[in-house]
Amino acid sequence: MTRPLPSSPDQVNEHAARQAARRRRRQRSAGRRIRRGGLMLAYLVFVLLPIYWLVNMSLQTNNEILGELTLWPQALTFDNYTRIFTDPSWYMGYVNSMTYVVMNMVISMVVALPAAYAFSRYRFIGDKHLFFWLLTNMMAPPAVFLLPYFQLYYTVGLFDTHIAVALAHCLFNIPLAVWILEGFMSSVPKEIDETAFIDGYSFPRFFVQVFIPMIRSGIGVTLFFLFMFSWVELLLARTLTSTEAQPIVSVMTRTSTASGIDWGTLAAAGVLTIVPGIVVVFFVRHHIAKGFALGRT
Amino acid sequence: MNKVPNNRAWWLVLPMLLLVAFSAIVPLMTVVNYSVQDVFDANTRFFTGTEWFVQMLNDPALQAALGRQFAFSLTILVIQVPLGVGIALLMPKRGWRASLVLVLVTLPLLIPWNVVGSIWQIFTRGDIGLMGFSLRQLGYPYNITSNPMDAWVTIVLMDVWHWTSLIALLCYSGLQAIPEAYYQAARIDRASRWAVFRYIQLPKLTNVLVIGVLLRFMHSFMIYAEPFVLTGGGPGSATTFLSQSLAIMATAQFDVGPSAAFSLIYFLIILLVCWVFYTAIMNLQKDRQGGSRHD
Repeated sequence: MTRPLPSSPDQVNEHAARQAARRRRRQRSAGRRIRRGGLMLAYLVFVLLPIYWLVNMSLQTNNEILGELTLWPQALTFDNYTRIFTDPSWYMGYVNSMTYVVMNMVISMVVALPAAYAFSRYRFIGDKHLFFWLLTNMMAPPAVFLLPYFQLYYTVGLFDTHIAVALAHCLFNIPLAVWILEGFMSSVPKEIDETAFIDGYSFPRFFVQVFIPMIRSGIGVTLFFLFMFSWVELLLARTLTSTEAQPIVSVMTRTSTASGIDWGTLAAAGVLTIVPGIVVVFFVRHHIAKGFALGRT
Repeated sequence: MNKVPNNRAWWLVLPMLLLVAFSAIVPLMTVVNYSVQDVFDANTRFFTGTEWFVQMLNDPALQAALGRQFAFSLTILVIQVPLGVGIALLMPKRGWRASLVLVLVTLPLLIPWNVVGSIWQIFTRGDIGLMGFSLRQLGYPYNITSNPMDAWVTIVLMDVWHWTSLIALLCYSGLQAIPEAYYQAARIDRASRWAVFRYIQLPKLTNVLVIGVLLRFMHSFMIYAEPFVLTGGGPGSATTFLSQSLAIMATAQFDVGPSAAFSLIYFLIILLVCWVFYTAIMNLQKDRQGGSRHD
């Protein structure tokens, strides 16, 4: 492509000025990009630094931890991790936590799916009040329910079982699941349901074969949130268990003994509680942002 | 979406209702039951009426804890909301960088709350923690076990670390939902960066921000594990929040009656605030639906 030759000095000047302006703009936007990147990086460093410190400590011996402060392990050791993976009383903590989290995810999902469908599609007597009552359960401070829960599950003979913790976590997880799923379901046009019913689908068949595949990403995100809130909650989990179904964090309290705190093992156990979260978040990374808005953007 | 009136929908809700009621109503009734009685042992108990409620409302220690609780919740909201919005604006929009940043930003939310406390306990210790050690090297006598101010600032910092990501992710999803055409129109109009934020991005964010503030208020109001591990509520009672006061009363001192009354008051405060937010969310949604019908 050839540019027409400038035919007057004015045109030359104008052209040069335009070029300069474009260059300035590009520089400015480059500067802004660097500044933005820098700020983002600063926040990521803030997020990662405490976690790095935990990882750093988990790879050191207690002597090194308590000695001179070192920014990275001088004598790399995996002893802390080995101790956790070879001692059943340690790794069973993880197994227990996983067990009740998965139980809770299954229970919550099975009852929340039809309920969310009802809220998103139908108007029925008391629906608004019921929905608000559901949300209030999400807001109930676990500390309020500690004592009654203990007594309730003790009375029905479920104390120190995985299912007790799974049921207790339903208190806040079912409302959360209903809330998120309702948001995702409401974005599916109702014409889909109507067409399916005209085509002769029964309700259960429509729900399982047509509807659930349509809100797949919503279900994935909901499962992620169920996992997250059940995994991080430990006040109830600790209260409702003693030895058989003890979650990992109760086990972690063993690291402080009369002879001082076993920092290395504590740090390693802490690092291992972060790993399941990273694995789960990886699978839903594309939908997670929408999920955080409870399907309502 | 206009919904069909159909009362048979109750059958779809019923299993959920039974399950939540088992976990919610039975314990709540137990609490109500205790709150009006004085329990000596399994067989001796007296009806006390509203006595515990009056006593709890006049208890200076609990009033102080309530004050601290509100101060804490407000502080973290004031810091986390603008910071979260800012980070959401900075996050890359697409490509592998977006995925990476997303996962990294989510990280603090996935750590069990006790472990968050442990991480910060280790991080801020003067002898073995990076932050505590560095501050002392710089000449500041940082000590969260004896200086209430240090303890307070550290807990706020920990909460900002832990939860700002939630606001950021909410806003990020709000921003993702803005069609590219809006930005193109703004470019054609030569809108300034500020105008784009004020008139395009912020209106889209109100909805998610209300949810974010609701969730943050709720969780900060029941904060328990993190300060319990980090400072144990100390020094003195400088960082003892409501949940912890309650847990001490109910489990350590075993004052069942007063703590039950306290639980109910605590729950009612949260309910009241959340009802305000809930009404706000529902009105926003109604406005939006009403608005979209018109255009």
